[in-house]
Amino acid sequence: MTAHAHAKRPNQLFRNLTAKIASIPMILIALGIFLGGSIWTVVYSFTSSRLLPRATFVGFDQFERLWASSRWIISIQNLAIYGILSLIFSMVIGFVLAALMDQKIRFENAFRTIFLYPFALSFIVTGLVWQWILNPEFGIQGIVRSLGWTSFTFDPLYNADIVIYGILIAGLWQGTGLVMCLMLAGLRGIDEDIWKAARVDGIPMWRTYLFIVIPMMRPVFITTLVIIASGIVKVYDLVVAQTSGGPGTASEVPAKYVYDYMFQAQNLGQGFAASTMMLLTVAIIIIPWAYLEFGGKKRG
Amino acid sequence: MNFRAMAAVLAATVVLPLGVAQATDLEVTHWWTSGGEAAAVKELATKFDASGNKWVDGAIAGGGSTARPIMISRITGGDPMGATQFNHGRQAQELVEAGLMRDLTAVAEKGNWKEVIKPSSLLDSCTIDGKIYCVPVNIHSWQWLWLNNEAFEKAGVPVPKDWNEFVAAGPKLKEAGIHPLALGGQAWQANGLFDTLLLALGGKELHEAVYVKKDAEAAAGPEVAKVFEAAAQARELSMGTNVQDWNQATNMVITGKAAGQVMGDWAQGEFQIAGKVAGKDYSCLPGLGVSQYITTGGDAFYFPVLKNEEASKAQDALAEVLVAPETQVAFNLKKGSLPIRGDIDLGTANDCMKKGLEIVAKGNALTSTDQLLSPDSQSQKQDLMTEFFSSASMTPEAAQKRFVEIISSAD
Repeated sequence: MTAHAHAKRPNQLFRNLTAKIASIPMILIALGIFLGGSIWTVVYSFTSSRLLPRATFVGFDQFERLWASSRWIISIQNLAIYGILSLIFSMVIGFVLAALMDQKIRFENAFRTIFLYPFALSFIVTGLVWQWILNPEFGIQGIVRSLGWTSFTFDPLYNADIVIYGILIAGLWQGTGLVMCLMLAGLRGIDEDIWKAARVDGIPMWRTYLFIVIPMMRPVFITTLVIIASGIVKVYDLVVAQTSGGPGTASEVPAKYVYDYMFQAQNLGQGFAASTMMLLTVAIIIIPWAYLEFGGKKRG
Repeated sequence: MNFRAMAAVLAATVVLPLGVAQATDLEVTHWWTSGGEAAAVKELATKFDASGNKWVDGAIAGGGSTARPIMISRITGGDPMGATQFNHGRQAQELVEAGLMRDLTAVAEKGNWKEVIKPSSLLDSCTIDGKIYCVPVNIHSWQWLWLNNEAFEKAGVPVPKDWNEFVAAGPKLKEAGIHPLALGGQAWQANGLFDTLLLALGGKELHEAVYVKKDAEAAAGPEVAKVFEAAAQARELSMGTNVQDWNQATNMVITGKAAGQVMGDWAQGEFQIAGKVAGKDYSCLPGLGVSQYITTGGDAFYFPVLKNEEASKAQDALAEVLVAPETQVAFNLKKGSLPIRGDIDLGTANDCMKKGLEIVAKGNALTSTDQLLSPDSQSQKQDLMTEFFSSASMTPEAAQKRFVEIISSAD
């Protein structure tokens, strides 16, 4: 029986060969564009490149200038305020809306559509709409004043101290609907029997949500977190449409700094340095988290 | 389909483009999209088409800061257009140094540009290593104070003759419920206002010491401190403008909501469209009425290097057309800018344009900061000025300290 003797254990590398061959282009593109592009950017952030990339290395000069620039510091502060608040509020509002939807209300589909609808709009449109709503002459302030309350003041987009909250409002309006949908899907995935058991035990509804349902929805929360967080880091178009960074530099964000310095100031080196800092910040947050989440012991 | 028919079809596709190639298409990109600007571009296109070629319009909406990155990435990305607009100065300098732009010296010598183009600084900023790489088409100057006469009448003060009188009229204007100074929120407007104040109040020497020699000591000196004091006054007068675009701010002056605006001569187009008469409805003070100097910047056309022989010839033809006297008159009357030649007559120019022409004729035209500073230094300056003009808490001293840092590292 020679045939049997030759039948070795198949090589792991050649299993599903067609599938592996088919995914080679994707792997190459991912490595080339994402990894290669990132490395190239980091390398050139140490050069004095202006309009065109030039390999004249200047050490940490670009980074020193970056951290001495008050516009960059303001950008970072704005991103922190916007990021933390938008994370908290979109999670809380999204979950509360989803929990309300879950009470077997009438017209649930209609409400779901209404809440999700802003997400179908781009950030540019969202920004322009809210620019008008918050405009002191035509928007909320104008309407309230025309009703007779003439001392009413609400002009977040023209007040440097609170402008970032004006942007936050627009961001929340746009993004909460999606969070609500994700949460609702998570809630629907909870077994009906758990609710029955909780009711039998006489646990009030809010405690069931807080101590039983939310811990069970951990994967949904993580998905939501990743989606919101990636949206926060790259926030750019919303600011451009609403305030274009103003008044002054009060609502600047890091992504806008990168774009403005790379293309308008024709200083690639400075733009690369800023984007390297953004990458570094994300890496500092993501890597330990990913290690805790996916590394360590494998859960069944 | 038999072989012969297929061959005929293939041959036709090859022959067809050759047949049309006699009138060479040349794509020209620019960011002139407002009403008056589009009308001016049409003049250029008509004149170019008359030379036997075809102008393919590549207008990019959204202003220079949106258009320039698109133009630059097309040129560096290997898809160059036939010709493109840039502002005079250093925006395209690196593209020239990288050998991506065509040398126009031959055309310039043929047209005797060195003689006819006035002021000569326009051609100087097109010249790199003794070769000419761009065609200036117009002159714009920044140093203008536009005033609504009626607003001052309403406030019961005479129309100011200079900046100091304007500042003094501020409280009266506020009492009458008129916004004294309109300043849009975009960063370049605050930057332009500051440069205007520096030249008007500090004079020619200061302008040259700070922006030509980039002398950090002069920037730290008492004269610049005075300019920052004046800028702080301007900030007080402009607080609460609440508009973004320059033409919205100009509109506040036109409608009498605001009394004045410091803006370049392109603002005049807005007054004209609104049917206002210079001298009667509105006044203009070049050099803010204090000094008789203006800086001359403007627009220029650059020609990327093309492989196609025919297209290169069409580029030469366009370069000639742009400088030709007839084109200059037709274009600049529509655009509201000054022509680049001293030897033509703008008979129909209005009062304000004539004031500008006089200053240029006297030789009091200086090089604009766009030509003197790199886009990088200009951006840093813009960041500082927009912050200064929007936050009342920033002291003139603190702003000057940062200004000195920018000038000392400027290039």
